[in-house]
Amino acid sequence: MTLKSTLLAAVAVATISVMAARAERGADGHLNLLYWQAPSILNPFLSGGIKDTEASSMILEPLARHDENGQLVPWLVREIPTVENGGVSADMTTITWRITPGLKWSDGTKFTADDVVFTAKYCMSPEGGCQQESKFFDVKTVDALDDLTVKVTFEKPKPYPYGPFVGHDSPILQKEQFKNCVGAAAPNCTAENFAPRGTGPFRVTDFKANDVLTLEANPFYRDPGKPGFATVTLKGGGDAAGAARAVLQTGEFDYAWNLQIDPSLLAEMAKGGKGEVITAFGAAVERMQVNLTNPDPALGPDRSTLKGGAHPFLTDPIVTKSLSMAIDRTVLAEVGYGAAGKPTCNVLPAPALYRSAANDDCLIQDIPKANQMLDDAGWLRGSDGIRSKDGVRLSILFQTSTNAVRQDTQALVKSWWTKLGIEVELKNVAPAVYFGGSQSSPDTYQKHYADIGMFTNTFTGSDPETYMKNWTCAQIPAPENNWLGFNIPRFCNADYDALADKMSQTAVLEDRAALAIAMNDMLVQNGALIPLVHRGDVSARAKNLTGVRMNSWDSELWNIADWGRAQ
Amino acid sequence: MRKASPLAHRSRPHHVWARFRRHKMAYLGLWFLLLVTILTLLGPMIWTLDPTTLDIAAKHQGPSLRHPMGTDQLGRDLFAAMMIGGRTSLMVGFMAMFLSLVLGTCVGMIAAVFKPLDGPLMRLTDLFLALPMLPLLLVVIMLWRDSLRTAFGPESGVFILVVCVISITSWMQTARIVRGEVLALKEREFILAAISLGAGPRHLIWQHILPNVLSPIFVSATLGFASAILTESALSFLGLGFPSDFPTWGRLLFDGTNYMTLTPARVIWPGLALSLTVLSVNYIGDGLRDAMDPRADTQ
Repeated sequence: MTLKSTLLAAVAVATISVMAARAERGADGHLNLLYWQAPSILNPFLSGGIKDTEASSMILEPLARHDENGQLVPWLVREIPTVENGGVSADMTTITWRITPGLKWSDGTKFTADDVVFTAKYCMSPEGGCQQESKFFDVKTVDALDDLTVKVTFEKPKPYPYGPFVGHDSPILQKEQFKNCVGAAAPNCTAENFAPRGTGPFRVTDFKANDVLTLEANPFYRDPGKPGFATVTLKGGGDAAGAARAVLQTGEFDYAWNLQIDPSLLAEMAKGGKGEVITAFGAAVERMQVNLTNPDPALGPDRSTLKGGAHPFLTDPIVTKSLSMAIDRTVLAEVGYGAAGKPTCNVLPAPALYRSAANDDCLIQDIPKANQMLDDAGWLRGSDGIRSKDGVRLSILFQTSTNAVRQDTQALVKSWWTKLGIEVELKNVAPAVYFGGSQSSPDTYQKHYADIGMFTNTFTGSDPETYMKNWTCAQIPAPENNWLGFNIPRFCNADYDALADKMSQTAVLEDRAALAIAMNDMLVQNGALIPLVHRGDVSARAKNLTGVRMNSWDSELWNIADWGRAQ
Repeated sequence: MRKASPLAHRSRPHHVWARFRRHKMAYLGLWFLLLVTILTLLGPMIWTLDPTTLDIAAKHQGPSLRHPMGTDQLGRDLFAAMMIGGRTSLMVGFMAMFLSLVLGTCVGMIAAVFKPLDGPLMRLTDLFLALPMLPLLLVVIMLWRDSLRTAFGPESGVFILVVCVISITSWMQTARIVRGEVLALKEREFILAAISLGAGPRHLIWQHILPNVLSPIFVSATLGFASAILTESALSFLGLGFPSDFPTWGRLLFDGTNYMTLTPARVIWPGLALSLTVLSVNYIGDGLRDAMDPRADTQ
């Protein structure tokens, strides 16, 4: 009898103590996220879309990542390997990660170096269609030295070795789950790709692609007191304005992502008092992509390719310089972006170390001077007010994606360029088509069948080496490479390629910065790109949501384990 | 049939007009449509503000003497944009209506009069009816926008494309109605009489059949006009169709929806113009049908 009651008491105590431990994790109940572009897959290696990599970042984690200031922070490892602490070899060909002991997957099994090795094999498998392959450039081998140590060996000295396993777009997959999904089988593993097991604070309970994702707190998460929320719903669909309204005015959702709408509207909605608008600046720049090749439809398949020849007038630096000079970037930033935009003349405006000061004169609009420059260069106004020279009329087709802010920018730019005696025709393409990358559509940004295109681009992490490589000759989209590559202006310059090459062999940070600045200046001064606005990310959060540290260098949900609700 | 009521002293058009005037809503609608048409044609000459002139300092303004309908997010005058935009919208409506009417009447008439062609033509009509409109429009616009743009310039190129596309996808109703009416007419005594007197098909169509199917044609024309305006606005609403700085009512409505809470005038005016125009055109069709109904003579 006594034994029985003692046992019962023991069980009761045990239950209570378990409950107490659980009470902390998930104490804040339910979190509602709204991503108006719905995630379609939860395996970031099979998707380049930010919506997908962000959604999966609640489940999967990398070894290290960037915080909101762009600083590397250790995540699943004890420290960031450097040359000083011996983690990076002196010849810069290897990096050794030391994993934090005691980590578990969301099914309770142990997280080991084998999983890391497997992830590298998964992404580097040639038939797997890995979208994050660039993270693994120049990787020779990845070996597990023991259960908790991983060594990455590069084929050549890698001055910036923080590519593989760093950032939300290069997380670790579980070997046990994905072992049959390597190579050509990767896209067919729907069950795995829709519900990956991870080390992150949440695990998938249900996922309807392109619609809604529901998650619950991961019971094996390393910090017993986290995450603060027990369950999460990530709803997709709708548009940016509706998403902003849902957080700021109606309070239906706690967090909404990517709210590129008119700032005056956003301010109006914020008066609803349910939430607030938050911004963070990365390196995103809204820029014009000047077409340096000829987009004339008469050229057929050679349209907008190097083979089709140079552009009739945009290769004249005087023309591109005056185009840039006629733009009032301050107005563009104010009208389109409000607090989330700053005028810029650089393609690479951040981090501060990489920011060039050589182009800042473009910040001041000077239409008379631009007119003077065109006059001097022999571009004279005809009877219709449009300038021409040797039979070439300055008539520009200016194309971008359908988006209220971009159409405003187009209208403003057109009004300024018209004052220069340049004819401007505006065209906008549905975003799903423009950014869709379909080979058969003539309207994608890569095909660039226009004189000037406009969109935003940026890079993840804080090192611009790969990003600056985008404008080397090899990166020019053309029919031969299925229109892949980010060199949209078709800028091909041997000096630029040499600088890019040199950067990949330079280790000293200051020297790397100097190279990046030189490359930035070359792009801007040769008129390949006309940078407009340094854009911040805009999101909205409910007023009672705590712990949000908005991050432009990584996933916005990078620290979701710390989020909670103020009482 | 044209001389069906020998007691009528007035000519038929006169007669129809007299009866049309008795339909109050149709009469009102006609005046409204006239007013809108005159306003869009002559208005921009009096109200000389250019709808594309930007004035950032005057953005998001409510109605004032300077801007009777307020301004948009870039300080463009909404009143000027409404008039210029109405011009395009009405033009698209009239042109597309006219084209689809001609096409539909021809197909319906030929199918009904020439028996061997009836089957193939009606199956063609069914085929077009079965095509999903919007996706088809998207594909057509994507395929031909560039070539038309280079041939006719950005605005007229898109205008031609939009008008053609709308009329090609909206003639089927007219064709079916006309065919049905003509088939019924063919069995009437006066037609049989004309045939037995030796009338050829051309004479038969022009002198006897066409005048008698005019009223359903007019009615379907008004409906077609309304749906053409709406289709154009749907295209603009989707960001297709005309360039973004080229106002049409549909585009103004589309741009305005985002600012609905800030400046409601931006959706109210284009929305009102669209719905009232479409409504009045529908009433006109209604009135015309009543007025042209031959049986009304014998009341």
